[in-house]
This record gives sequence, structure tokens and C-alpha cells, in this order.
Amino acid sequence: MKLSGLPRRAGVGFKPEHFLAINAAAQPIGFFEVHAENYMGAGGPPHAQLGKLREDYALSIHGVGLSIGSVQPLDKEHLSRLKIVCDRYEPESFSEHLAWSTHDSVFLNDLLPLPYTSHTLTAVADHIDQVQETLKRQMLLENPATYLLFAESTIEETEFLADVVRRTGCGLLLDVNNVFVGSTNHHMDPGDYLALFPIESVREIHLSGHSETVDDAGAPLLIDSHDTPVKDPVWALFEALIARTGPVATLIEWDNDVPDWPVLCAEAQAADDILLNASNRRAA
Amino acid sequence: MNKISASVFAASVATALSLVASAPATAADASKEKCYGVALKGQNDCAAGPGTTCAGTSKVDHQQNAWKLVPAGTCEAMKTPNGHGSLKQGPAPA
Amino acid sequence: MSLDTQTRFAVALTDPAAPVPKGLASWTGSQPERRFAVYRNNVIAALTGALAARFPASQQIVGEAFFAAMAADFIRAHPPRSPLLLSYGDDFAEFVERFEPAKAIAYLPDVIRLEAARGKAYHAADVASLDAATLAALSPARLADLVFVPHPSLCVLRSPHPVVTIWAMNAGEAALQPIANWAAEDAMVIRPHLIVEVRRLPPGGAAFLQALAQGTCLAAAVDIATEDADAFDLSANLAGALQSGAFIAFR
Repeated sequence: MKLSGLPRRAGVGFKPEHFLAINAAAQPIGFFEVHAENYMGAGGPPHAQLGKLREDYALSIHGVGLSIGSVQPLDKEHLSRLKIVCDRYEPESFSEHLAWSTHDSVFLNDLLPLPYTSHTLTAVADHIDQVQETLKRQMLLENPATYLLFAESTIEETEFLADVVRRTGCGLLLDVNNVFVGSTNHHMDPGDYLALFPIESVREIHLSGHSETVDDAGAPLLIDSHDTPVKDPVWALFEALIARTGPVATLIEWDNDVPDWPVLCAEAQAADDILLNASNRRAA
Repeated sequence: MNKISASVFAASVATALSLVASAPATAADASKEKCYGVALKGQNDCAAGPGTTCAGTSKVDHQQNAWKLVPAGTCEAMKTPNGHGSLKQGPAPA
Repeated sequence: MSLDTQTRFAVALTDPAAPVPKGLASWTGSQPERRFAVYRNNVIAALTGALAARFPASQQIVGEAFFAAMAADFIRAHPPRSPLLLSYGDDFAEFVERFEPAKAIAYLPDVIRLEAARGKAYHAADVASLDAATLAALSPARLADLVFVPHPSLCVLRSPHPVVTIWAMNAGEAALQPIANWAAEDAMVIRPHLIVEVRRLPPGGAAFLQALAQGTCLAAAVDIATEDADAFDLSANLAGALQSGAFIAFR
């Protein structure tokens, strides 16, 4: 099984509108991340662009449609498409979400929450085993941003993730914005969440922006909207986390209202500075 | 082959081939896009609109009702005096 | 999560009339309507976004609000059956054809078909087009029986509306203005290299290309095209097809 191994630098999500700007010069970017599903066509510009990008940069392939958190079986056809994409581009990392998105073969195109029980733990672990056996590589599982909880949950999310790692040998993708969003939405302390998170298994970090609204009772409800710069409290959590872990591959996710390339690149630089400081401190 | 004779047919094909041989490369081939194509948003990409695959939204009302709306885009600008064009307006395919 | 729980959750996502599923919780109360609405919004907004990305000219024509509402109805009636959204909306035109609020815009389904063909061409396999010079080497006796293999990106579309003109005006390829000559137009969509091209076909051109693409031999395709349009010009049409890269081989 090929282990996940991105450079411990800042990366960004690749947007096709940035392609020409990226290729105009060497970019100070540790890696690019793409959504696997956009590279499952037979040919055309997506493959031409990703092929070129792959020549120059490390690559993370991030699936958004496998529905690992479903209690129904995985879509084998989709899994074999993932294998084709991974075999073609040989990414340094493949990741997917602790969420479900397909039910009765209908693709709902959202990362939907699941209750954390011994039953769902077994289902998720079985699915990850199947993915890793098919792809012949370790996958990273990402913690979700949630807006709701399930009354039937009996396991904490952090414990659930630690158990999945123990059972499958997968790594974790820690989305710090998701931690802040979920903790705020569930009236918990994100610091407590991170203290319990199995950080020794984290191979990648995601940072992004979020938006704010309120729930039925008027309590703050944060939305994982990926449409703004990373917010200050998320930077603070990230910095404290990196002080504990040392440098970890860190992705800036900016998916809606995508800014011009220099703005996105500067956001990655800000993350890179924090990573660099951490490695300098360790060296000192 | 009923409509044209074999000789006319052969001559027409020869003309076609000479037309192709003398044609200049298309303008698009000269552009930067030749090697990598035009940047098109991926459908599974989070850039497709507010609130997509791995990003949430609170901005869209999921209960919008088309039956209460009228199209209000460029259809008005392209409108002919007889409306939006119908099967009757255009001549039968030539 | 039992399968029942997942089913109730999934059904309520796309059915606005369905109640919020039981068994959900939030720290502020037991009926998290607005919290569940975030997921409901995400499903419809994300799939609407996927359709808007594939059908941008169609969205221009009807406007964002109308497009979003029409897309929401389509999504509820025809949700995607695959996580591969690059092919979602293949049957959108047929839905819009029967969609009462859009009836006045008779040409809209054909614009959607043209955009669907462009999307397919964008993702089609990369194959080199036939070099016309190889045809020049053939003996004239062989020409009539030639069968061409179409390029995987090729699509021929016939419309009683000026579909190419309308598409071009809404894709930023031509100035937006009233269409003086409201005439039928046939289109060829092709991606010989990395740029998807839309070409307006001359009289008989669509019948000619459709016949060839289905494996009809050249002579029979000429008959079909001439039957379709007296003005069919073999030289111009064959040259146009070869120049645009419509074929990858012959036999």
C-alpha cells in the first residue's frame, strides 16, 4: 500500500481559470489539489491541464462523490473510475470525506452527516478498506463540517476518526475550518476538539473561509462556504495546531467567488510562513 | 448514387481535397489555448456556484418556484416582432 | 445510522413538503428546521450550479432566477444517478421542452441540446483527425464506397430555430441583438484539438454528416444530403467536414 506523502508545504485547490497565470512562472506552491470527479472524462482540456500541472507540482486528488459514510455499498463503478484517475496521475495523496452523498443510486451532491455509532463505524471502516485495497494506496479521511447532530450518536467524532484509523490504517485530513464551523454550530470549544483529535495520523490540513447565519433559535450557525479568505480564529487554531505537529501539508480551499491568482497565492504564502516558522523553531 | 454521375462525384471530391489543402490553419490554433484548451469550470468543482460539492450555502432558497417567474434574460433582446420565434416562423430546413 | 434513517434524510432533502426527519438534534432545540435547510439548499444549489456551468448560454437567455427555479424542478424530477456531474443534464432539453413556464421560448430546448453537445465534446476522447492528404492518394474508383469513422467529439444538431446564432449571442461570440432573419440552422459541434467549435452547416450538411457518422458510405450519404436539400454542395461540405476534423479514419 502506497503511503500518502505530500510535501509539508502550503498548496492550493487548482481552478482552471488560474491555469495560464500558474504556468506563466514558477509558483511558490507546494502542491495542487483537484477534485477527482472533474478528471473522469475521456479527454479534453481537463486532462491537458492536469497533465501539465503534474509535470511541475506535487498533486493531491480529493474525491467528492464516493459516499464513504453511507450505510449502503460503495459504487464500484465509481471506485474503478477513481482507480483510473489515481493510476494515471499517481498523486502524492488521495483523500475523501467522512460523509455520504449517494442514496439509492441518487447522487445528492452534498457532504451529508452521519450518526457516529458502532454500526456506522463498521460501515465506514469496511468502505475505507475497500478503497485502499482497490487503489493500492493509503487514503486520507476528512472530518466534516456539520450543521446537525444525530440523537442516536454514541461516539464522539474525534474518537470515531481515531477508531477508523486504527481499523483501516488510513490517514486523516484535518479541515481546521470544519472544526471551527462544527464546534461553533454545536456550541463546543474547537480547542477541546483539537486536543482530542488523533493528530499523529494527520497527513494534510485544509483551511478555508466560512459564512455566518443563525439557526431557528437565533444561535450562530456557520456555513462552510469556501468563499472568503481564511478567518482569524481559524488561523489561530491552525497556528496552535502546527506548533504541536510541526509542518503538515496545508491546502487553501477557495471554491466560490474565487479570487485572482495572486490573492490565492498570497493566502497560501501566509500558511507557508506559519509552516516555515514551525520547522525553524524545531530546528533551533 | 442516383443524383450525380460518377465523374461529377469524383471531381467534387477532388475539389474538396484541394480546398482542404489550400485552407489556412484556423485562428484558434494560433492562440495560447491551443495546448491546454479553454478553462471551463468543472461540474464537480466547488466553483460552479454558491454552495457546491464541498462547500455549504445559506444563500439559496431551495423552494424557488418557476411557475411564478417569467424568463428575464437575453430572450427579450433577441425577440422578433412575432415573439420568441416558433416552428412556423422559420422556413422549413432548406 | 439505519438504512431507514438515511432514506428519510435523503427523501426530505429534495422534498420541501417533507418534515425534517426525526432523530436530528441541535444544542438549541429539537426541531432544527434552519439547520436541515442548509443541507436542502446545498443539494439544490450545488446541482443547479452544475447545470449552470454546463448550460451558461441557456442561463443567459432566461436569466439566473428563472434558470435556478427551472433547474430545481428538473433536479427533483431527474436527480443525477452518478457522481459524475460532467454528464448531468443530458436529458435537460427534453424536460425543458415539456416545462410550461418556458414554453414561450420555443428555441430554448435546442440551445440546451447544443450546449449539452459542447459539454460532451469538451470531455470526449483525444483522437487525431483524419489527414485529408491520405484521401488524395486513393483511386477515384474507391471514393463512392468510402465509410468514415466520426471523431468522438462530433455531434450534428438540426433545429427549426437559428440555434447557432442564438447560442453565439449568448456565449459572448456575437453581439446581442434582435435576429432579423429568423431561419432554421443546423450545427456541427466538434473538438479536433482542445477547443470546442460550433459551426453552422450549409444546406444538406447536417443530413450528409449524420449519414456519414452513422456509417453510410460516401455515395449514399451524398444521395441522402441531396434528397434533404437540392442546394447541397458536395465539395464545400466534404471540405468543411475534413477541415473541421469531423473524421478520424476511413475504410
